[in-house]
Amino acid sequence: MTATWGEHLLVTHLGRKLLRLLLVVLAVTAVTFLMVHLLPGDVAYTIGGETATADDIRAIREALGLDRSMLAQYRSWLGRLVHGDLGRSYLTGEPVLQAILSRLPVTLELLVISQLLALALALPAALICAYRSGSHVDRLISTGGFATLSIPSFVMALLTIYLFSVKLRWLPATGYTPLQAGVWANLKSFVLPALSIALIEWVVLMRVLRSDLITTLQQHYILMAKAKGLPPWRILLLHALRPSAFTMLTVMGLQVGRLLGEAVIVETLFALPGMGRLLVTAIYARDHLMVQGCVLVISIGYVTVNSAVDMLYTLLDPRIRREAAVGT
Amino acid sequence: MSPPRSTPLLAIGDLSVALPAMQGCVRAVDGVTLSVTAGQAVGLVGESGCGKSMLAKALMGLLPREAEIGPTSQIHFDGRPLLALSPRERRTITGRKMAMVFQDPMTALNPVMRVGRQISEVLRHHLGLDRRAARQRALALLRQVGVSMPRRRLDHYPHQLSGGLRQRVAIAIALACGPRLLIADEPTTALDVTVQAGILDLLARCQKAQAMAMLLISHDLGVVAGRTQRTAVMYAGRILELAPTRKLFGKPRLPYTRALLDAMPRLANPPRTPLKAIGGQPPDMTHLPPGCAFAPRCRWARGRCRVETPPLESGRGGDHDHRVACWYPLEGA
Repeated sequence: MTATWGEHLLVTHLGRKLLRLLLVVLAVTAVTFLMVHLLPGDVAYTIGGETATADDIRAIREALGLDRSMLAQYRSWLGRLVHGDLGRSYLTGEPVLQAILSRLPVTLELLVISQLLALALALPAALICAYRSGSHVDRLISTGGFATLSIPSFVMALLTIYLFSVKLRWLPATGYTPLQAGVWANLKSFVLPALSIALIEWVVLMRVLRSDLITTLQQHYILMAKAKGLPPWRILLLHALRPSAFTMLTVMGLQVGRLLGEAVIVETLFALPGMGRLLVTAIYARDHLMVQGCVLVISIGYVTVNSAVDMLYTLLDPRIRREAAVGT
Repeated sequence: MSPPRSTPLLAIGDLSVALPAMQGCVRAVDGVTLSVTAGQAVGLVGESGCGKSMLAKALMGLLPREAEIGPTSQIHFDGRPLLALSPRERRTITGRKMAMVFQDPMTALNPVMRVGRQISEVLRHHLGLDRRAARQRALALLRQVGVSMPRRRLDHYPHQLSGGLRQRVAIAIALACGPRLLIADEPTTALDVTVQAGILDLLARCQKAQAMAMLLISHDLGVVAGRTQRTAVMYAGRILELAPTRKLFGKPRLPYTRALLDAMPRLANPPRTPLKAIGGQPPDMTHLPPGCAFAPRCRWARGRCRVETPPLESGRGGDHDHRVACWYPLEGA
């Protein structure tokens, strides 16, 4: 295989991914548009307030272009989107893109920290459980895991607040410190929210990784590694972990969507100015351009993360590199 | 031309390995006593399922967790009691002084690790070589085992190599630390017939060149012939005949060995000569018959064979080299 052919394959591969992204975004935004319009009431009532007459409402609608057909509205939204214009919030007049960009980093940081925490819990636990599968330690960790898994995130959030800020007084219960105020202060405001997500999330990762590790540990090359006289930790980390990580990574990618839902709750509880809160506020106010903008960014993020997971496979397993090249 | 009698490099004494099975347990290895002198090549032959792989795993400390070793079993290697060592002490021997080549090279190499790293890993762990020195040594090892374009192969993944090449890589890994004993468990069974002889000759050559002892395990008498000094025939977990390879082939005393030899196809035979298969089935290890395990399939079996288990003894002729576990051993052919 020549390098140019390889490059050519990569380009078609990326092109295909981009096309898929486009289709997903189109479908998701269209459905969201429809759903927001199916909700009773619209933003005109919010703007007009309680004293507004029917004429006032009509005037506001006309001014905002809400009197046009849904299809026309969607078409003009798409038209502006092509030029990078997501419109302005009906309520505050703030450009949607700007509103999102100011809140996105908060949610991203929350998701990244919570995933890292979840991994930090799941990796050692899965390694221990798989190495000693069926032992007391394995059962203890698994049972404890299921117990935490059955706790809803908002209860978990309250529990962590109670323990770490009320009882131990280690961390602030709510509030957000921007990164400019110092890395440590900023991280501190994320520890509890991220922990209340991670404490539920890690169990899923641990279970998936554990079962894949158990399968891997029965492979002949693990026996071979033992025959080399390598100590158990080395066999687990260097020989078993990498070929066992696939399902866990897939689950992590798929979880991103669910985590955005969790983030709404957690951001509200901990008063973090993130995407989740922005979206929920916008939905209540029927601020539908803001809703559209949020959904657009979230769906792009979701597809991107899952495509990244696909590419990670090829990094993890050299055999897939060849299959992908031959297959596409 | 065998070296003068001294303490053997490997001394297995009354080794038994029991594995839990659906009903009760299976004695995969049943009271095996065998020794290997330094530099000597010993063959271990038997049908599949006779316990020869379990024996190899017991030597390497690779038995599954649920396996149980008999209380009177002993394995002495280089004067050290392996079964009494802690896992950590054991690992300083496994892979370094005692190495193993597995049956299936397609699955024995880690699919997501480059070949070079799989070789240098052993060198770095046991000999403390740094990355560069280990890579140099790995390159030399690949050359030694006859891998073409060794420098490029270092950066290949196992799936990019053929079965024969992979087995050569596995042999390079086994030879990396200059072991005193190499256990080769059916090293060619999974390979194409065309590359089998190449691998076997490579093993024999390395064994001679490095004055390394070798335990060559196979279900095929032909593999062992000419490459080993002594051969043990295993059946249902026990060694039933043990003799210098030449004597075993020339004048087998065990009916089972005789039957195995007769079952081998010969080029000298006229075409369409039917093969002499051994009648009956290999024994069900969960329900071994009383007495000699081979008796149900043995043409010469008599009453006593089905009642008492024969011990492994040297024959009446006083030939200490040739030992057989049979009540009615065959007398000269």
